[in-house]
Amino acid sequence: MPLFEDTPAERAFRLALRKFIAKEFTPYREEWDRNRAVPREAWLKLGRQGYLCPYLPKEYGGSNLNFRYVVIMLQELTAGDAMCIGVTNHNDNSTRYIYHHGSEELKKRLLPKCVTGEAIACFAMTEPGAGSDAAAITTKAVRQGDHYILNGSKCFITNGMFADIMIVMCRVESPDVDPKKNYSLLCVEGESLKHIRRHQFEKMGRHGQDTAEIFFENCPVPVGNLLGKEGEGFKYIMEALGRERLELCIKAQVYADECLKEAIEYAKVREAFGKPIGKFEHIAFVLAEVATEVEIGNTFLHACVEEFIRGEDITKRVSMAKAWIPEMCNRVAYKAVQIFGGYGYMAEYRIARLYQDVRVTPIFGGTTEIMNLVIARQLGFKPIF
Amino acid sequence: MDKLDIKVLIKQVPNTSEVKIDPHTGTLMREGMESIINPDDLHAIEAALQLRDTHGGKVTAISMGPPQAKDVLREALGMGVDECILLTDRAFAGADTLATSYTLGKCVLRLGRFDLVIAGHQAIDGDTAQIGPQVAEFLGIPQVIRAIRLEIRGDGLLAERTAEEGTEIVKSTLPALVTVTKEANDPRYLFVPLLMAAFEEDAPIRVWGGNDIGADEAGTGLKGSPTRVRRTFTPSHNKKIERLNGMPADMARTLVERLRERKVI
Amino acid sequence: MAVWVKKSECVGCETCLDVCPIGAISMSEGIAVIGDKCNSCGACVESCPHGAIKSDASDRKADISAFKDVWVVAETRQGNIRSCTSELMGCGRGLADALGQRLCAVLAGKEVSSHAGAMAENGADIVYLMEDKGLEEGLALPYVRAITDAVLEKRPAVVLFAATPFGRELAPRVSRRLGVGLTADCTGLDIDPETKNLLQTRPAWGGNLMATIISPDTRPQMSTVRPGVMKALPAEPGRKAEVVQLKVNIKPEDQRLNIQELKKELYKHVNLTEARVIVSGGHGVESKDGFGLLEELAGLLGAEVAGTRIAVEEGWLTPDRQVGQTGKSVCPELYIACGISGAIQHSAGMMGSKTIVAINTDPAAPIFAIADIAIVEDLFKIVPELITALKMKEGEN
Repeated sequence: MPLFEDTPAERAFRLALRKFIAKEFTPYREEWDRNRAVPREAWLKLGRQGYLCPYLPKEYGGSNLNFRYVVIMLQELTAGDAMCIGVTNHNDNSTRYIYHHGSEELKKRLLPKCVTGEAIACFAMTEPGAGSDAAAITTKAVRQGDHYILNGSKCFITNGMFADIMIVMCRVESPDVDPKKNYSLLCVEGESLKHIRRHQFEKMGRHGQDTAEIFFENCPVPVGNLLGKEGEGFKYIMEALGRERLELCIKAQVYADECLKEAIEYAKVREAFGKPIGKFEHIAFVLAEVATEVEIGNTFLHACVEEFIRGEDITKRVSMAKAWIPEMCNRVAYKAVQIFGGYGYMAEYRIARLYQDVRVTPIFGGTTEIMNLVIARQLGFKPIF
Repeated sequence: MDKLDIKVLIKQVPNTSEVKIDPHTGTLMREGMESIINPDDLHAIEAALQLRDTHGGKVTAISMGPPQAKDVLREALGMGVDECILLTDRAFAGADTLATSYTLGKCVLRLGRFDLVIAGHQAIDGDTAQIGPQVAEFLGIPQVIRAIRLEIRGDGLLAERTAEEGTEIVKSTLPALVTVTKEANDPRYLFVPLLMAAFEEDAPIRVWGGNDIGADEAGTGLKGSPTRVRRTFTPSHNKKIERLNGMPADMARTLVERLRERKVI
Repeated sequence: MAVWVKKSECVGCETCLDVCPIGAISMSEGIAVIGDKCNSCGACVESCPHGAIKSDASDRKADISAFKDVWVVAETRQGNIRSCTSELMGCGRGLADALGQRLCAVLAGKEVSSHAGAMAENGADIVYLMEDKGLEEGLALPYVRAITDAVLEKRPAVVLFAATPFGRELAPRVSRRLGVGLTADCTGLDIDPETKNLLQTRPAWGGNLMATIISPDTRPQMSTVRPGVMKALPAEPGRKAEVVQLKVNIKPEDQRLNIQELKKELYKHVNLTEARVIVSGGHGVESKDGFGLLEELAGLLGAEVAGTRIAVEEGWLTPDRQVGQTGKSVCPELYIACGISGAIQHSAGMMGSKTIVAINTDPAAPIFAIADIAIVEDLFKIVPELITALKMKEGEN
């Protein structure tokens, strides 16, 4: 189910990407899951074909592609089981902070490497003690001459193990900034990386994806690596929040599509009591209900995407989408596994992996609960929690 | 050898793995059929690009077809081809291989000097494998058919081609025409900036009709085609199928008996 | 260019509806209407029994009555006549008889005169002999020169080539030089009893459709013919033919390509197109080891091993052993398909096999629709039993 009708150029882009993923990534997914890592070469391959940061203007090596191409990449990478490469995080989250808020020197030096895949970027905000309560972060930067000295730790950081560039949310201690509103973004790279430690998490699913805990220990960061202004970090993040949540919804929607496809296919070929199980009323009705939920998600998401492209404020609706679609996706995955029966629990079946992979969708990028909080506020309530 | 001027002949074809035949009329159902670049032609483009990347020069892709065949030329640009010609004209419709080879040949001549013409071995819609040799004949140049390796050696071409019992190394003078099979190389993926540029207004795709290549209308399209399709029909399989039953060993023994009765073993 | 229906002459017989290869014609108020999909192929123009369908395609009728006889271009390998040539002779004999004309064998090569007798015994009335040291097997250009010159001199009505790699390299150049039509890879040839045109039938669209092609207004009518489809006639010992020597004028430009080296070691000898028995495997064979089992079976049957595109892509087989639309077309006496679903891409290359045995666990596999003998069972259970059964002497079971 397409979210929009592709233009001829978009169609060509989509087909080329689909072919590339099917040959270069999909066959290696299990191997990468086992190794708990995606080889660096995968990034370089993406870079060679121009799939890294294609939104960038040509002067930085990009192709100046709009949001519709972001949607296409999300859809194709998810459907092709290639989400273990943190490319959407790199493309649509981390590197954008450099592009929008970095100095020209920083942009010229770092962005071309992000385009080729020589440099992988990550975005580090969540801390062990600050998840949904993002304002509680404690990682701190103290100005010393022409450097900030960074201390603290971050967790659940996608691309954290391999990242060459880290966009770190921290509090700068500076006489010019209000200590309550001193959130700032630092771009940690190059020599500074010698002063950090990393540790990879073992997760429930998405094993190939690199998710790390990062420790900064008196890590010096040149003042030129401050993104934007001191104390404006949260503002920059809020600006990007709507788009980020929309992107997470697209991923979850594709997962739901894929789970449904797997279940339908299986119900057609798997036989029990002498006929395909899809011929049993219960199974057929479950599939009918699931297909309806998937279709509803798609229709709502389509509307959100259109509104976003038109430049409208999508805060409320995208929060609703983020609150509903990932939950729906988990319901679909649950029912799909049930249709597969025992095989659905076997790791070699794609549905088993999809089931594990989708569990995080109602958690990352703002939990369902936080989304409900945002929606409630939009309705004029200030719930106590 | 100095810079090479290479022409690549490519074709847009329906994806025959999705072909559906109307069981009532025995005709092709074209609705919803996806059009793709002919698979062998991807290898032709790759072969041309590799030679260009080694020796320098220019690769021009030529395709004859309806206006929407521009899509395959954009794909060629996305791979790195330098420029494209789309040959489209109502007078080209209904062409068989003779008329097609005339039209493509006229276009190659119109473009001036060339060192190599490279084409895919065969197209999946027609499976004739005739265009390559017929264009070579029209141009009056030697041909290497079913090549899997190409090299410019001195002022000539050294190629490896598949023969029925292995491969042969052949040497040819230039200019020459080569058709390649899928064993020749791994076609490169499309490069996003080039693909996007191929959709810009100023993309290097020229659209030419019969007058632009100086083609005589008697030689193109249906008029230039000596062959006619008299009728089409779906292949019938009116075979009597014998299904064997029993334990594997029994079935195996019965099968051997049947094959001996039929005197095929 | 356009095709249209002259309404006053259309009687609404609907003949054209069936012949249109793309379904572009429909009926409206009892009269045929040609729709937008029409690609001006002209099939309907030929077919209309009332001459009601008109086309502005030029009238290219030449004096075709001056062209007579059916020619078969013999192909040699290492100096020996290939079996596909005998098949062509068998087919050509029937065509010549239907036309009431002579069957002529065209024997060209370095030293080929010793085969003239065999050509006569295979049904030739005339043997055109062209010998020249420049006629080297595998090099098309000198043959193109010799054959084109001979055609221009003798004016045959039909010229047949085997659709071998060499025949398919040679025939298109000859047709282009002569400016006549050529139909590739025919699986059926016949003479239209009324028009005396050669009816050339070949698979199209990957074997999904069969098309009958004619070249009504040009001569000679040329085809390449798929090896293994036509039947050779039993040799008639003592049958004689007139042997006519033709001059060969090879020019320097015919020698711009030459063979430097033959690399046979690349693949073990494989000749699927001429194999009598083929044991073939697909997805169900699962591994290279699985193909080891098929090789054992093939060894007992004197067969070649082949496979589907998947088997080649998985690296279980070398590409020269691929059968199907993008591989080789084969017509053996016996084709044993093991673990092959029978998608059209594969079956297009083996449907012509005389006897097809299909072994597959999936009773709904399309391969069973074209099989003569069907075994719905795991190939890993059947093939070992088959090997055992074959090792037993006939009658022992």
